[in-house]
Amino acid sequence: MIRFISLAALLLLWQIGAWLSDPRRIPGPMAVFEKIYEEAVSGALFSNLAVTLARVVAAFALAMSFGAAIGYVMGRNKLADRLLDPWLVTLLNLPALVVIVLAYVWAGLTEVAAIGAVALNKLPNAIVVVREGARALDPHLEDMAEVFRFSPAARLKHLILPQLAPYLAAATRSGLSLVWKIVLVVELLGRSNGVGFEINMAFQLFDMKLLLAYALPFVALMLGVETILVQPLERHVSRWRRGVSRRLDRV
Amino acid sequence: MNDTSPAGGAASLDVSIASKDYHSASGRPLRALEGLRLTLPAGQAGAVVGPSGCGKTTLLRLIAGLDKDYFGTIVLPEHGRLGMVFQEPRLLPWRSVIDNIRVAAPQAPEDDIAALLDELGLAEHAAHFPRELSLGLARRVALARALAVKPDLLLLDEPLVSLDAALARDLREMIARLIDERRITTLIVTHDLREAIALGDRLFLLSARPAHVVATIDVPAPRRTLAKETAERLEAQARDALAAAHAGSQPGHP
Ligand SMILES: Nc1ncnc2c1ncn2[C@@H]1O[C@H](COP(=O)(O)OP(=O)(O)O)[C@@H](O)[C@H]1O
Ligand SMILES: [Mg+2]
Repeated sequence: MIRFISLAALLLLWQIGAWLSDPRRIPGPMAVFEKIYEEAVSGALFSNLAVTLARVVAAFALAMSFGAAIGYVMGRNKLADRLLDPWLVTLLNLPALVVIVLAYVWAGLTEVAAIGAVALNKLPNAIVVVREGARALDPHLEDMAEVFRFSPAARLKHLILPQLAPYLAAATRSGLSLVWKIVLVVELLGRSNGVGFEINMAFQLFDMKLLLAYALPFVALMLGVETILVQPLERHVSRWRRGVSRRLDRV
Repeated sequence: MNDTSPAGGAASLDVSIASKDYHSASGRPLRALEGLRLTLPAGQAGAVVGPSGCGKTTLLRLIAGLDKDYFGTIVLPEHGRLGMVFQEPRLLPWRSVIDNIRVAAPQAPEDDIAALLDELGLAEHAAHFPRELSLGLARRVALARALAVKPDLLLLDEPLVSLDAALARDLREMIARLIDERRITTLIVTHDLREAIALGDRLFLLSARPAHVVATIDVPAPRRTLAKETAERLEAQARDALAAAHAGSQPGHP
């Protein structure tokens, strides 16, 4: 309810802003919704959203899988940590734009360069978070698994992943919002489709209606993924934490 | 420098540790065990008794193969399948009671696991998560898990510590019954002499740190039929042995 009121207030503020200024500078909500409808009917909206979403998924999957593997090794092995830490610090402090431009220069204006550049921007953050998780693995449980001779698969599934789950969830949450944003920049600089490309077009034409007609559905899609996928997943992996309150103290 | 291996033929536990040191980051090494020897025939329950901090958990960790940094040899019973109950239950908090057992004993048939849960009074807790259990219940789950793997050697580290008297007695009787029924070679570690006499076929009395065995005493009668006088006599005998060892190591203080 409060969320709804807050959202309505935002729309109202937008409308007032539109009335007070040039409609070419700030188009009103109705004009933008009409434009969204137009783009949706033509199919352009969905194809661009789909292209951008596919890039987000690919870059995110790449960054998370490599980040988890490298972070785990660095968290568990002192030598690997010492060797790779300077690289990690460099990558962490490299501006996203530099990575993107270098990727386009070296690999051409290709899909591989685009997705690789986004993944590389997310990678160090994933490594840092998972490394933290790997350092916090419980050695007592590890001894237990050793004595009972857990297979490598059982170790991963029942011992390591459940302990890393909160860290992976944190990396997912911060990672998705980062990847969403960088994908638009990559599209703006070197792709000929996707939401970032359309926003660039709108900017060139100074078409604020078109710009907002892509920006808003994109934000809605991000929020949708967050609430429909990420949050339920987080709840699922931490379900065992509940029930502490109904501890059974009889034997 | 050391050797932990399943025995070829002689089906018993044979431990001979020349020395075990801990190396802290600062300062000199800390000697936990020195010249410790013990042998346990197959199918028997041995009880290791010693004061807190003397090196009992260290000894179990060496036997379990969790720490290979020592001088000496350890020969495990044939096949060397281990079941262990750690001092803390060490259950996977994100798996239910029954899944904790399944994960540790993937080859155990479901019927066996159900029977085990029944026997340990855990049937109604099968679906609970470890955080919902009291320490007494969690210990029983850890015991069920150790038994589910059908171990050739069962290691119990202070299984009754920090339970109140009634719970400790219940669990002690449960353990006594299980090791009698199953004839598993078992090594129980405790700091409580009475507990050791109630559970063990053979007592190993340890010195203070660095620990070695100062006396080995065989308990004549089966666990549940041990007469009160016999138990008291054994206790006195053990205390004498400990006192003698103590006097021997500190001349001038009789
Ligand atoms: N990982 C370790 N590093 C250094 N010292 C240790 C370590 N584990 C145990 N110790 C020391 O070794 C001695 C024996 O410990 P432990 O085997 O746990 O005793 P117990 O189980 O008989 O109470 C203690 O003095 C303890 O402080
Ligand atoms: Mg101990």
